[in-house]
Amino acid sequence: MAHPFIPVLVFFAVALAVPIGALVLARLWMNFFTPIKRGKEKNALYECGLEPIAESQTRFHSQYYLFGLLFLLFDVETVFLLPFAVTFLDLSVGAFVVAMLFLLLLAEGLLWAWSKGLLNWRGSQKSNFTIYGD
Amino acid sequence: MAIDPKLAGELKPAGIHVTSFESLINWGRSSSLWPMQFGLACCAIEMIAATMAKYDMARFGAEVFRPSPRQADLMLVAGTVTKKMAPLVVRLYNQMAEPKYVIAMGACAISGGPFKQGYNVLKGIDRYIPVDIVIPGCPPRPEALLDGLLALRKKIAGEKLIGDHRVRHADPKGTAEFPVPEYGAHDLQPAANREIWNPDPVVHEEAAD
Repeated sequence: MAHPFIPVLVFFAVALAVPIGALVLARLWMNFFTPIKRGKEKNALYECGLEPIAESQTRFHSQYYLFGLLFLLFDVETVFLLPFAVTFLDLSVGAFVVAMLFLLLLAEGLLWAWSKGLLNWRGSQKSNFTIYGD
Repeated sequence: MAIDPKLAGELKPAGIHVTSFESLINWGRSSSLWPMQFGLACCAIEMIAATMAKYDMARFGAEVFRPSPRQADLMLVAGTVTKKMAPLVVRLYNQMAEPKYVIAMGACAISGGPFKQGYNVLKGIDRYIPVDIVIPGCPPRPEALLDGLLALRKKIAGEKLIGDHRVRHADPKGTAEFPVPEYGAHDLQPAANREIWNPDPVVHEEAAD
């Protein structure tokens, strides 16, 4: 009796053969029917037809994530301030105080980030945060 | 063609379809054109209309408009090609994968159209890239675009892929890239690619007697 795992082996063989076969066929097809045409323009980066001006894989400074967080602060503030402003006249005193506390929290966050020197892009040496490589 | 049409005609009722490999390839290529998604002016609106439900370009296998030239094999130059835009169009054409075809849609793409006498419009995209099909009109109706597409399909179906006089993309010595013009002080430099654009010179004849 055959080993029970032989179907799995066959499955793997077929799963390997199909993509490899397709790639080999594509290569043969290219050689015979459409000779490959390389060139400076064709191999250049695609930039909507403009001349590419830099590498395609640019690097971001990891400090950028702090700016992302600060953006989130203002983002959330906007989202909550809009309904607050729309219903401002109908609000009770309690709701007004709560909203002001919320704003105070966000403002505190901004002040805290400011005092840590996070608003200076080149201030990573001065800030208390260590960015990798510093 | 190596196949005897009479023999092929006799076999067809018996359910046997005889064809050449070349025709088979051309049939496949002509039936699945992938146009590049870019429009330059008002012709693009007609091009968009041709892809929508009423005219339904999908019937002819050419509805998959690609956002990248790497995946496209048909360039629909739909609209006015300004001199500012011309180098970009040529560069995009160069970046497309082989085999590639060009349809010049509308009077502007063919010759500059109503802006021919202007200073900033290219007087026909065929000055820089080889155009397969021209569709006159200002702008051409979607039916005209479909007609042009069918004409292109017919042209592809008749392409020679092997031997002498084969088409450019099947020829290893065929042109790979067409030079991209540069912005000059007054015009694009060069003003035309003389290898593919050689019209008869305009001769001003002196009036007799």
